[in-house]
Amino acid sequence: MATVQNMLEEERHDDTIKDQYLTFAIEDEDYGVEIAYVKEIIKMTPITKVPEMPNFIEGLINLRGDLIGVLDVRKRFNKPSKDHDEETCIIVIMYSDYTLGMIVDAVQETAIIPEERIFAPPSAKLSYANQFIRNIGKVGDEVKLLMDIERFLAQD
Amino acid sequence: MSDFDRESMLEMFIFEMNHLVDQLESTIVQAESEYNIDQINEIFRIMHTIKGSSAMMMFDNIAGVSHSIEDLFYYLREDNPKNLDYKRLSDHVLSGADFVKEELAKIQDGREADGDGTELAETISNFLKQIKGIEPSEPTISAPAQPAVARSAASPITSTAGDMMHKYRARIHFQDGCEMENIRAYTLVHNLQEFAQDITHEPQDVIDEETIPIIRKNGFMIEFSSSKDYDYINKHLGQTVYLRELTLDELGTPEAKAAAVPVSAPVEDVPVAAKEAVVLEEVIAPPPPPSDAAVGDTAHRKGAASHMISVNVSKLDALLNLMGELVISEAMVTQNSELEGLQLESFHRETRQLRKIVTNLQETVMSMRMVPLSATFFKMHRIVRDMCRQLDKDVQLDIVGEETEVDKNIIEHIADPIMHIIRNSIDHGVEQPADRSKANKPAKARVLLEAKNAGGDVLITIKDDGRGINTAKVLAKAKNNGLTTKADNEYTDKEIMQFIFLPGFSTNDQVTAFSGRGVGMDVVTSNLEVVGGTALVDSVPGEGTTFTLKIPLTLTIQEGMSVLVAGAQYTIPIANIIKSFKAQPENLFTDPSGNEMITERGEIFNIVRLHEFFNIEGAVTDICEGTLIMLENGEHVVCLLVDDLIGQQQAVVKPMPKYFKKVQGLSGCTLLGNGDISLIIDVAGFFDK
Repeated sequence: MATVQNMLEEERHDDTIKDQYLTFAIEDEDYGVEIAYVKEIIKMTPITKVPEMPNFIEGLINLRGDLIGVLDVRKRFNKPSKDHDEETCIIVIMYSDYTLGMIVDAVQETAIIPEERIFAPPSAKLSYANQFIRNIGKVGDEVKLLMDIERFLAQD
Repeated sequence: MSDFDRESMLEMFIFEMNHLVDQLESTIVQAESEYNIDQINEIFRIMHTIKGSSAMMMFDNIAGVSHSIEDLFYYLREDNPKNLDYKRLSDHVLSGADFVKEELAKIQDGREADGDGTELAETISNFLKQIKGIEPSEPTISAPAQPAVARSAASPITSTAGDMMHKYRARIHFQDGCEMENIRAYTLVHNLQEFAQDITHEPQDVIDEETIPIIRKNGFMIEFSSSKDYDYINKHLGQTVYLRELTLDELGTPEAKAAAVPVSAPVEDVPVAAKEAVVLEEVIAPPPPPSDAAVGDTAHRKGAASHMISVNVSKLDALLNLMGELVISEAMVTQNSELEGLQLESFHRETRQLRKIVTNLQETVMSMRMVPLSATFFKMHRIVRDMCRQLDKDVQLDIVGEETEVDKNIIEHIADPIMHIIRNSIDHGVEQPADRSKANKPAKARVLLEAKNAGGDVLITIKDDGRGINTAKVLAKAKNNGLTTKADNEYTDKEIMQFIFLPGFSTNDQVTAFSGRGVGMDVVTSNLEVVGGTALVDSVPGEGTTFTLKIPLTLTIQEGMSVLVAGAQYTIPIANIIKSFKAQPENLFTDPSGNEMITERGEIFNIVRLHEFFNIEGAVTDICEGTLIMLENGEHVVCLLVDDLIGQQQAVVKPMPKYFKKVQGLSGCTLLGNGDISLIIDVAGFFDK
């Protein structure tokens, strides 16, 4: 855990991506993921199922010749699935050794959220999905739930 | 000389040296009890080359040590003394080999080769003096008391007075347009030094490029004396690369050595030339492939080896990756969906030709990467020898099937596992000679190291006839370490034995120099996992232990059969497939515990439904409607139910993304021609579940 924190600290020093978050929607909530982890955003593509995987792992996609795993954020958050539509996207993230895709309802924007606009979440675990939230950021009046990627990827 | 030159020369130097040391070790270990003349010659030749090359690269400490060993073997070769203490001799040579290895390791890491070999060289020289002392009747050579630290790149072998010397003059013309005549001439002189002395040549200063036109015009004149006869010399010189014309005359034996005072520059004076010659020699005659290191192969290798080049492995890796991409893109073109329904007679004819070329190309690329296991196997002799001496055990290592070839990348990962298993077998498995005779076993234990091909895999077996594995002890230890997950009596012997592959597991109460620290056997599994291999252990108490390593022949491209299950494609390695067929209802039956079986040509086979195995929904569930594929893995056979066959395909194997945990029955994935993904079935997975 400590090393991850260090890594995050280091990346924050990089001014070009400092305080930047890619925000996306799941159901009615807005989430944010640090832009440093985001490799690219692609539209939905056919996914090959892999047997014997946790339910939130959708399968494999072919990203220009590289095979990468894809996770369904809705399933990970224990939310009801929704049919994929025009807006459904895969956010390709790189975290530690992994390159992975996250299926989200829709990608919104890149938001700059300075540190003073970021708050710790209420300490009580209000819901299952809460455990994947590290902080809460505010952009104007809107609230963005900032993801804890490490928790999100952990395969308990 | 620029850094770059030195860098690339160093790389070749290290490569060649390592190879020579390996060869040296295996020769010594083979020879251990008594050296025959071939082996003495072989060791002499190796030490001579090591001395020459290291002196050229100015590693004087290596040259010094190798020089003293060379002297020793020169004496052995010429005088053939009896009643030698061969054990001590081997010890001396092996410690010399160790010294060279140590220094090489330093050079390889970019450090200074600063080891002091004077003492070792001294010891060896003293040993030589000692054996000469036992043989007073031979008033022969004056061994150099001081280790040779001079830049003795090409120091001629000290002459022996007893030999009949012949004096020769040779004139050599090289082929037109062969270039670098002066360097070739130098190489020639250098090679002559193995058996000739008092070498003089015209032109004198061959390193000067201005001599090239002279050599082209007049030829290269060389005079020397040698104990070899005319035919030998003629044959040797006749092997010179790019030779156009050779005239060799015998001048009669020189009355006195003084008569042959060099009239032209002795070769020692041209160290720069010497260095260049290393490179050239490498290019013309690189070391033979490891298979040549096989026992007793003392044939002169320079002639045959001139067709070999050494290539950096990273280039081969790049070639292999490109090959994989070529296979995929070929499939993308020839199976393009836009071609569907078109009448394309000549297109299909041409694509068949393309397919053929791609397949040939692929086989060639794969074969370039295949390396025989012999070098890895023969290294084990040394380990067995060292352990036996230290543990006072008597073990004979038998090697079978060392010519089996495996991909270069794989070989790097299996040397350590084999070594650990052999150490383990000798340390834990093999008993002390006294205990062995009590158990009515021959005092000399046997360890068998065997490799053989089995389908797309190579099986490496390490078998000893020691005391076997004490399953009770292993289980107790496993329980102690909290490794067990079920009640003791539920474990089969086979399951218990697999515990020894877990990290930190060792039943040896005392830590020895070789094993007992609990590292080792888990290295076996972790190293094998990298290359997709597995390790199995089997043991009969009192009779011995057998380890079997299963390793894929090659990593990347496999011939596969595509099958369909619930709309998704899976690829089964062709090597595992016996046949496919449609089931007839009358041949199907179910045993009382619900296992489905089929009789096919009088034999009964288990049926595995792929969709059940992987919990896939929407597949064909009626066995007669789907297709059965008969699969084999080792001696086991099973029939696999799939929806349908699609066809044969080249599969470029890609590992599953790291994030995915290992799934039993899957070995990886592959991209299909249309960009779809197919999962590759690991047939072995169907048998362990």
